[in-house]
Amino acid sequence: MRADLELYDYWPYRGRPQIVWPGGARLAFWVAPNIEFYELDPPQNPQRKPWPRPYPDVGGYSIRDYGNRVGHERQMRLLDRYGIRGSVSLSAALCEHHPEIIAACAERGWEFFSHGIYNTRYTYGMSEQQEREMILDSIDTIERHTGQRPVGYLAPALSHSEHTLDLFAEAGGVYTCDLFHDDQPTPVRVRGGQRFISIPYSLEMNDTIAYVVNRIEPRRYGQMLCDNFDRLYQEGATSGTVMCIPTHNYQVSCPHRLRAFEQALEYITGHSGVWLATGREIAEHFLANYYDVAHAAAKSHIARERGGSHGA
Amino acid sequence: MALDAEFLRYPQRRHGMDHDRYQWSQLHERRPLVWPGGARLALWLNVCVQFFPLDQSGKPFAPPGGMTMPYPDLRHFSLRDYGNRVGIFRLFEAFDRFRIRPSFAVNGAMVERAPQLIAILRERGDEIVAHGWNMDCLHHAGLARSEEAEWMQRTLDSLRDATGQQVTGWLSPARNESPRTPDLLAEHGVHWFADWVNDDLPYRFHTEAGDLWTMPLPNELEDRFVIMHNLHSERSWMEQVCDACDFLLKEAEASGGGRILSLNLHPWLLGQPHRITWLERTLEHITSQPGVWPATPQQILAACAA
Repeated sequence: MRADLELYDYWPYRGRPQIVWPGGARLAFWVAPNIEFYELDPPQNPQRKPWPRPYPDVGGYSIRDYGNRVGHERQMRLLDRYGIRGSVSLSAALCEHHPEIIAACAERGWEFFSHGIYNTRYTYGMSEQQEREMILDSIDTIERHTGQRPVGYLAPALSHSEHTLDLFAEAGGVYTCDLFHDDQPTPVRVRGGQRFISIPYSLEMNDTIAYVVNRIEPRRYGQMLCDNFDRLYQEGATSGTVMCIPTHNYQVSCPHRLRAFEQALEYITGHSGVWLATGREIAEHFLANYYDVAHAAAKSHIARERGGSHGA
Repeated sequence: MALDAEFLRYPQRRHGMDHDRYQWSQLHERRPLVWPGGARLALWLNVCVQFFPLDQSGKPFAPPGGMTMPYPDLRHFSLRDYGNRVGIFRLFEAFDRFRIRPSFAVNGAMVERAPQLIAILRERGDEIVAHGWNMDCLHHAGLARSEEAEWMQRTLDSLRDATGQQVTGWLSPARNESPRTPDLLAEHGVHWFADWVNDDLPYRFHTEAGDLWTMPLPNELEDRFVIMHNLHSERSWMEQVCDACDFLLKEAEASGGGRILSLNLHPWLLGQPHRITWLERTLEHITSQPGVWPATPQQILAACAA
């Protein structure tokens, strides 16, 4: 184990070059629906139990199935209404289990990025070769079913190894959603030296974190989304920010919760200067226009810091 | 270091589900359901009548609402009993005031423990649902088939004898199941159960002894989950239920297919003096909406089968 994987250097928010999004927008807004498949009886990972209750965990399994049977269609129609294309964090095996959902998303021009094979298969304990194989399987499967070769990654169930991002970059990946250190895209250091970045995918705005971990009331969640937007929108005028709402069809699409999400979308999309984007579009814009600047600025910041301390 | 090769094999990776219990089906793709009288939203209230034993075994886990303190945990034992002695009468009044006929999911052990209450339920004629023997008799994989079957038989026999009803519905204690529970239910003359929370409408569930119906009864909207697990206020519970009601009515309108709002209620929780008013306000909102049909599970399933 290491104290820090050194995926990025410290680079303070204050004083960075300003990012301007396409159309002069100050805030890039994206919604990332997680479309996941959880197995009823997966092999047991030595480090993490897939289900809190003994097999069969009817409650845990069936509420997640609810997301696919009922919730997905609801969220998709809602996003349609506000002109938002989802960026799908996809359990690749869902392409095989539920191709009907994949087809509906593809028809709308949604983006698909990799979220592993199943959300019940954790990375913990995998050899490098096993993890590489799993990542390539997920990329190939998604490409075969959607025609899109995914360039983004969110590790299955946020389970990582020390080499997860190295391996994803080597597989042709461009961006990761696994890091929560910033409100702007940032370069990420991978061992192969690829141009690889992190884009903001908020853990705090994630419906499952809000509802399951933090046990927040639905209307308060809706308010938090608006508050989060307000501040990022205000600051975006001078810094250029990204707001992401990561969702799960088994959480946000429940009948008692959809209203809060809808009101937040109504509010956010009612502002000018907001770029409704996908994860890939945000990554591409940043890579084409700001990556080199950010990379150089971060490096010179560090050199300054180091120089300063030596000179003192 | 590496995981066993099994970890990268996916034997169930195929179209549909990773098991054979039911068909993969998205709700919006199905034939719209029509409720009697052109109603949009069926309202099903289910009330749990439960016994939490003081000498809880906690196998394979302590049930939600069960004992948490060292033996004898009199605070939780007696507080749960409060629901059956006092709280449930406040619920009866609320149901009668808003002309709702709920179902009652009753632990088999309650027949001996509170015969007066069972007589009242029998008199009311509301649908009785079997709710296992008691809240510490969890159906789970560690039980022998014969033992699980015996619990089920005893529960159904005692409720059928005491109420004179056929008793065809089932809700497992803590909604926990063994891999065999659905097969055993079908063998014991049960027609529907409500443990699975993967749909907003009933669907067919396959067992070795024929199909069951599943009835939707969302866990995450029930009083226990919202108020006791999430620690949300009573007002927030009301708002969540009302938001669900309004949403489902709109979805029914837009899709042309009937929807169901089902609520699982605990007299030991909502029957408290400071909470009952929030149930009343909730019912007032729901029943004042046009197109709401207060219905029992049997009425809903009859309409589904039509």
